[in-house]
Amino acid sequence: MAVNSGSIGASTRVMAACTALQPMIKVSAEEIAAQEFESVVVSHRPQIFRFLLASTRDVDLAETLTQDCFLKAHNNWSSFRGESSALTWLMRIAINLQKDHWRNRRLQFWRHTRTNSVDLDEASEWLPSGERSAEQRMLAKEQVARVWQAVENLSERQRTVFLLRFVEELELKQIAESTGMGEGTVKAHLSRALARVRKEFGERQ
Amino acid sequence: MNREDFRPSNTKDPETIEPELRQALANFKSSVDAWSDAAMSRPREAKVQERRNWGLISKWALGCVVFAGTVTGAVYQNYRQAEAAKAEAAARAAEHERELAAQRVKEQTAEDLMAKVDSDISREVPSALEPLALMTEDENSGH
Repeated sequence: MAVNSGSIGASTRVMAACTALQPMIKVSAEEIAAQEFESVVVSHRPQIFRFLLASTRDVDLAETLTQDCFLKAHNNWSSFRGESSALTWLMRIAINLQKDHWRNRRLQFWRHTRTNSVDLDEASEWLPSGERSAEQRMLAKEQVARVWQAVENLSERQRTVFLLRFVEELELKQIAESTGMGEGTVKAHLSRALARVRKEFGERQ
Repeated sequence: MNREDFRPSNTKDPETIEPELRQALANFKSSVDAWSDAAMSRPREAKVQERRNWGLISKWALGCVVFAGTVTGAVYQNYRQAEAAKAEAAARAAEHERELAAQRVKEQTAEDLMAKVDSDISREVPSALEPLALMTEDENSGH
């Protein structure tokens, strides 16, 4: 069988060039991944922080858990296959971190029992600075306080589902993906949470 | 409360919320948004808080306790050994003293016995020239 020595030389050169380029390709892939992750952090950090703040009512804790969430996400970014959206993936990490935090606090209550959670009145003070009359602001503040009171009395799951739906405005499917529950279960928790909120409003009126 | 009330099919659909509640939930969301935005944009102070590394402190404390215990134990052991040696030496000296005394008594007794034997023998056995001396005395008295 006749072998063309010229074609062998060319293929060898191509292989050598590929070998030399491999680290560069790898580096650029890493760079792309880093850029993607950076854009994910920029776009989703406020949402993750807001959800954790509403869940814990503790600014410092929410910041810490948000940092932990993105650190964990960064470490596992290569394993994110995009089956769900980045937001639901991050929400899932945040929910698990929050659960771990409370579980650890319950187990290690003797270590650090102090909590920085603000009380419900203080949490209700925050209102958007829109052009409202004093009466409207008062009414809005009262409503917010009632919702906070109802949220306080919800179970952990109900609270999570409620906040994801009415603060983060996620769809039921996204909530199901974030919490690892079925859509039916999410619906049930949401209905119960709403029933509690309605009851809170009914009792005060 | 009736269990039926909790069934999702029996509760109102979340999308069909009465206007007042919807308004309250909207206000709640706005409130959380405002709080979150304010918290995120707040100036962060670098807190220089006194960090106490309890692990390191406890390790040091444990190390000090172990060291002090070791030193104290060694000193106490040394003291006890010295005391025991001293008592043993004193006992040995007393024993030696007793032995010497006993020996002295024994030697004294032997000397006394020999002296007594000597005196008894000298008293009982007459001198070899005593009869001759007695005869000489009798002859002289006959004249």
